Amino acid sequence: MKISLHVWRQSSRDDRGGMKEYQLDDISPEMSFLEMMDCLNEQLTQNGEEPVAFDHDCREGVCGMCSMVINGEAHGPKAETTTCQLYMRHFEDGAQIYIEPWRSSAFPVIKDLVVDRSAFDRIIQAGGFISNHSGPKPEPNSIPIEPEIAEQALDAATCIGCGACVAACPNGSAMLFTAAKASHLGLLPQGQTERYSRAKTMVNQMEEEGFGSCRNYAECEAQCPKGISIAFIGQLNSDYLKASLVEPVDRRGEMHSQ
Amino acid sequence: MLTLDSKLPSGPIQDAWTNHKNNLRLVGPKNRPKYKIIVIGSGLAGASAAASMGAMGYNVECFCFQDSPRRAHSIAAQGGINASKNYRNDGDSTWRLFYDTQKGGDYRAREQNVYRLAELSTAIIDQAVSQGVPFAREYGGKLANRSFGGVLVERTFYCRGETGQQLLLGAYSALEEQIAAKTVKMHTRTEMMDVVVVDGKVRGIVVRNLETGEISSHAADAVVLASGGYGNVFYLSTNAKGCNVTANFRAYRRGAGFANPCFTQIHPTSIPASGQYQSKLTLMSESLRNDGRIWVPRDANEKRAPADIPESERYYYLEERYPRFGNLVPRDVAARNAKDVCDKGLGVGPTGYGVYLDFAAAIEEKGAAAVKAKYANLFEMYQRITADDPVETPMRIYPAVHYTMGGLWVDYNLMTNVDGLYSIGESNFADHGANRLGASSLMQCLADGYFIIPVTIGDFLSRNDPGEVTTDHPNFAQAENEVKEQINRLFAVGGTRSSQSFHRELGKIMWEHCGISRSESSLKEGLQKIPELREQFWKNLKLPGKANEFNQSLEHAGRMIDFLDFGELMCHDALTRDESCGCHLREEHQTPEGEAKRDDDNFAFVSVFEYAGEGKKPELNKEPLAFDALPLAKRNYKS
Repeated sequence: MKISLHVWRQSSRDDRGGMKEYQLDDISPEMSFLEMMDCLNEQLTQNGEEPVAFDHDCREGVCGMCSMVINGEAHGPKAETTTCQLYMRHFEDGAQIYIEPWRSSAFPVIKDLVVDRSAFDRIIQAGGFISNHSGPKPEPNSIPIEPEIAEQALDAATCIGCGACVAACPNGSAMLFTAAKASHLGLLPQGQTERYSRAKTMVNQMEEEGFGSCRNYAECEAQCPKGISIAFIGQLNSDYLKASLVEPVDRRGEMHSQ
Repeated sequence: MLTLDSKLPSGPIQDAWTNHKNNLRLVGPKNRPKYKIIVIGSGLAGASAAASMGAMGYNVECFCFQDSPRRAHSIAAQGGINASKNYRNDGDSTWRLFYDTQKGGDYRAREQNVYRLAELSTAIIDQAVSQGVPFAREYGGKLANRSFGGVLVERTFYCRGETGQQLLLGAYSALEEQIAAKTVKMHTRTEMMDVVVVDGKVRGIVVRNLETGEISSHAADAVVLASGGYGNVFYLSTNAKGCNVTANFRAYRRGAGFANPCFTQIHPTSIPASGQYQSKLTLMSESLRNDGRIWVPRDANEKRAPADIPESERYYYLEERYPRFGNLVPRDVAARNAKDVCDKGLGVGPTGYGVYLDFAAAIEEKGAAAVKAKYANLFEMYQRITADDPVETPMRIYPAVHYTMGGLWVDYNLMTNVDGLYSIGESNFADHGANRLGASSLMQCLADGYFIIPVTIGDFLSRNDPGEVTTDHPNFAQAENEVKEQINRLFAVGGTRSSQSFHRELGKIMWEHCGISRSESSLKEGLQKIPELREQFWKNLKLPGKANEFNQSLEHAGRMIDFLDFGELMCHDALTRDESCGCHLREEHQTPEGEAKRDDDNFAFVSVFEYAGEGKKPELNKEPLAFDALPLAKRNYKS
């Protein structure tokens, strides 16, 4: 296959950046998209140019590291597929392929296609956990969980934290990411104690990070590589509303788990 | 010579860990914040250790090279995690899990370590459930189980085919909770470049900030390496692209012993490579072997599509050769048999290096929907990569490098022979002997991180005052300079080949000479080829970009230096171990059926290598293994 690439090049956080065109003449349809990028980088290195920086690690669709907007879509044209699981057979011979980093002001570009997604970690820090220490715990079968509920929780927990939802959203909202974690924990009996405070603190942190608001465009679901449903956003909204209606009376100041 | 005091508890094995714990010194809650502990890596072992020690009140700093701790490669484990809960009432017990693990490891592990692992297995499930890990449930809401290779009970807990992801996210959320509580400070996109040792005690590390290229020092009272395995020395493996041996190898160069480096597990069920450009191999969980039947055509000239080949012309080689375990023989046995039938010309697919994994029988029995539901994301993943639907046509699979049992030598407290330097998870050598059973790696990482290191580290810390050495010590400046010099050396080569191309070549050498089976002559040849390649690397490397910026080519070249040296160490070990055991098959030592033939009289020991200096042959130290609880027996999966 022969392809033309148009790639976003930006040397550092402060650089203005711009698109640059490259030609690749010997691409096999059996190559993965990132293997094609390896070929480009090999070619650039040989020509004495700087290779394109891009994030990647597991290359099997689960670590959430890879992050490219390909022809205007987060992770490219194939539904429920991460960039690393995209194959060149999904493109035509002679294709023009446009590759950009995640586009969101909450994800500043570090270099070329690499962005800073630490905002996601801070959303989790704001409450994306069940307060817990390591040590003896109750026998798990003493709290039966309906398989249907466990499955739903897993549907949400399967989020890989890649950030495609933000890149896909016209508002740059992180609602799907936030809702997936809040719903995963909020569905399970173990997560009930902190369910409403969690919804509140996570949403507040999301807003503080500069992500936009959700307007139900549903682009996040359409471009999510794990197919996570926006129904979870509904659940988060409902929990968030309840949390703000039933404001707990603060008698002891801020409370922490013991 | 290294001093190898394994600190193994005496007395009956059932009480060993409890008695040992009761005799450990502790650090009181008021004093814990005064001690700084550095954790390298944020996978299952690193994240669980950092979170647990942070929650205890220690002052923890955790480092990972990825952009978030949640990316670590533990996330890719698919099948499940073992625990001897005996929920199925099928005769499981701590003893049975201990026995299976020790037998699976072909008696090249320490009994006490393995028993402790089995003992802690059930608490891991309790811990994970309390974090909200959504394990599969049965209709009554109780936890479900599946079975895995090498055992006769159902003890594996799972979340569809993404158990590693869910367990890691559990550990990650615990870690983030501690980061929010400010007991743990996280450094992402930061790579460890060296450990700093002063008078035999570890005192800190030198790191490179991968975004800015800045080199800096961090002092600590203890350093915990949880940097994973080194399968990427083979270039093609199921590991993530970033997995490397650098942290472990730098520790080795600073005096830590490296144990059993040649013990590499080749996983039997990965998707075969499709061409030269292949950058990694994707594993299909071996849990698929529960419902899939493995076969090749009996005729080497077979051209028909798999569905058109009649039953009588199919060679179900595992079922025929191992009637009792059938398709569920341990990984090494399954891998060697696949290579064997392909070497005989019976392999399938474009390269001839593949065998069929067929679900037709299971689909007929249980229905396509049930089988698909059980392995949903695995079937999807396979179809995505190969464009074939496993419901319609059998999968093609082939062995791939997957896990490394070798690692830094540690004592029973998980401390290396360097005081205060610990190694946990895949990065140490302790629990899996010469071969790891399926669904045991997650178990070991979490046992180490949640339950062992939080207790044992106090024993060392309590004997030392906090903050004895700061980064002002000259050893820090010296280590920083060495790191910078090495980077300058890489840029100074100015040749014509990328470091990726050297990695590919090293991988081929390792696969050919130190892979699925090894022999004296092939290993000796490998030991000639690697230094030649290293010479080429230092003469002909072409490195783009600069040192003080985000530079992925530089990251890779730095890791390559250690892979090149480490490959040689692996071959040395494989050559010295003149026996077959577990996954280490020396062609000179096998039964007529191609089974590994152990030599317990001469090789019932752990090989611990000591760094002897640049270009010098590493020195072999031996830790003898005792078999008191479980007498040595021949590993037999046939009857």
